[in-house]
Amino acid sequence: MSSADVTPQVVHEPTKVRRATRASWIGLAVVAVIVLAAPLAPYILDKGVQGSLVSLFALIVMATMWNLLAGYGGMVSVGQQAYIGIGAYALWYLSDKVHLDPFMAVPLAVVIAGVLAYPISFLAFRLSGGYFAIGTWVIAVVIMLIVEQIPALGGGIGVTLTSLRDLDPSTRIAYVYWLSLGGAVLAVGATYWIMRSRTGLGFTAIRDDVVAAGSLGVRVTRSKRFVFVVSAMGCGLAGAMITANILRVQPDSVFSVNYSVFMIFIVVIGGLGTIEGPILGAIVFFGLQQWLSSWGPWYLVILGVIAVLITLFLPRGLWGLISGNGRIRLFPVGYRLMSSKDLLKL
Amino acid sequence: MQWLNAIIQGLLLGGLYALLASGLSLMFGVMRIVNLAHGALAVGAAYIGYMLISATGVSPFLALIAVVPIMAALGFAGQWTIFNRALRVGGLAPLLAAFGLSVVITQLLQIKFGADARSLQVGDLAIASIKITDQVSVGVMPLITFIVGVVVILALQMFLSKAPLGRAMRAASDDPLTVSLMGIDNRRIYATATAIAFGTVGVAGMFLGMRGNFDPNYGQAMLIFAFEAVIIGGLGSLWGTLIGGMVLGVSQAVGAQVNPSYGILIGNIVFLIILAFRPTGLLPKAVDS
Repeated sequence: MSSADVTPQVVHEPTKVRRATRASWIGLAVVAVIVLAAPLAPYILDKGVQGSLVSLFALIVMATMWNLLAGYGGMVSVGQQAYIGIGAYALWYLSDKVHLDPFMAVPLAVVIAGVLAYPISFLAFRLSGGYFAIGTWVIAVVIMLIVEQIPALGGGIGVTLTSLRDLDPSTRIAYVYWLSLGGAVLAVGATYWIMRSRTGLGFTAIRDDVVAAGSLGVRVTRSKRFVFVVSAMGCGLAGAMITANILRVQPDSVFSVNYSVFMIFIVVIGGLGTIEGPILGAIVFFGLQQWLSSWGPWYLVILGVIAVLITLFLPRGLWGLISGNGRIRLFPVGYRLMSSKDLLKL
Repeated sequence: MQWLNAIIQGLLLGGLYALLASGLSLMFGVMRIVNLAHGALAVGAAYIGYMLISATGVSPFLALIAVVPIMAALGFAGQWTIFNRALRVGGLAPLLAAFGLSVVITQLLQIKFGADARSLQVGDLAIASIKITDQVSVGVMPLITFIVGVVVILALQMFLSKAPLGRAMRAASDDPLTVSLMGIDNRRIYATATAIAFGTVGVAGMFLGMRGNFDPNYGQAMLIFAFEAVIIGGLGSLWGTLIGGMVLGVSQAVGAQVNPSYGILIGNIVFLIILAFRPTGLLPKAVDS
């Protein structure tokens, strides 16, 4: 008996499956204009603003990577600072010690973060859920403690990136700005591309139901490992961006759990499991950070309370509020069933 | 002899870690919540004790009698207002809420008390020790802490296996839906479990402060050590946790004997080795979902 025999004829009008809606085309156009205009910033804005924007781009990269891990892969990590530190030290080593061009060293630093994350994943994947979170944290602490014991890496004092010193300051900040802008676009673009691919479909399935996904042939562990490595590479990139910006690497600050705090708060506030959420969250977080900076240590208390409240009362975050239950998507990764009436609106 | 001393110190330190870990285990066992705020709460309890002692001048042991019910009440309220709701939201919500809480608590302690290290003064007890041989001696405070840790774990074990409320907790852990059909309010069971867990956190925090120094950021290390004790010992086994705490304590003490800056690193590496080669821990419970 074919399924057609039992399917009641309810759908009269023609329907179509679409990814993008009109809103997503408009949204994408706005994003494209911003991204195309952004490279002009060094010609207009002063160095201080460019430096702040580099920090914002780093936040976007970190949050996007954390969201890839948690929002899509279901893995809450409190140890992504391990790869921020690895990226930072790799950039310093390759450019100051091996004397590579600093901007060529950045992609290599990203690769190193990924290569180290691969064996680490075997250890971290022995744990799951909340224990995975603390396990990744322990790994980050161990990497920091080991780095502090290596005199060649500056020990507990850290190192200063000198290879960028030859550049005139405004040229340097412009280069670092373009590098970071490119990094942020790449991180978001890569996430978008992954989530639209077959792997991404598998992730959505894993996020919704691990057991069911596995029984349908999704290679759960392999997919998770892939996303773990990609996320580490993104955090390595963020670490290299931060280092190129501030020119200083200190083990206790570059391996600080505060990076994980930022990532988690940003993604929770922006919206877990969407591509737009971490970007929106990073912008809001960055704004709050500037606005609350006069509050001194209270700003993390306020952000923490906001994050807890959003977790409890607005689990889809600010983007969930804006997108109206997913009707508006700048980066459509799913499919929507549309009637002819909807299609007319496109 | 130095080594034997280090091992004894480590074993006793393990009692404190196990004490810390028992509350973490209880919340995970009953509700599958990994309370990332656990370490921050232990340090918070030590500060509550510190405030009580400064205000009234009582001894830390007397303050403990007040801190435990205060922590238990906070646990009940926290579960009722935050974690029960997070469990209903589901997914990553309990973990993220706990993480947010840990940041808020640590930061508030930082604001109120600053970054200076404090301790809870126990007077002569702090330096009292029992001489075993000329070179080997056992500190009285570490010994008391160890004994309290064992007693708390024993009591928890008895409570969970024998008491009606403990049975209800295990049942709620196995099948919350059926338990609610039997007329048990899961929310109340969960809140009671968290109250007990926070009570043990209160005990652990006070002994942490009596044994040594603490500062607001100490919670991170406490969470990590408690977690390592749980995993080394094997999930779901309270006796395993005690052994896990002792293995961790000995690793740290022996590591510190090699080089004072190696202690924590060696403890972490021993944990990672056990995770790599014996991921179910040393005393695994037969089954655990």
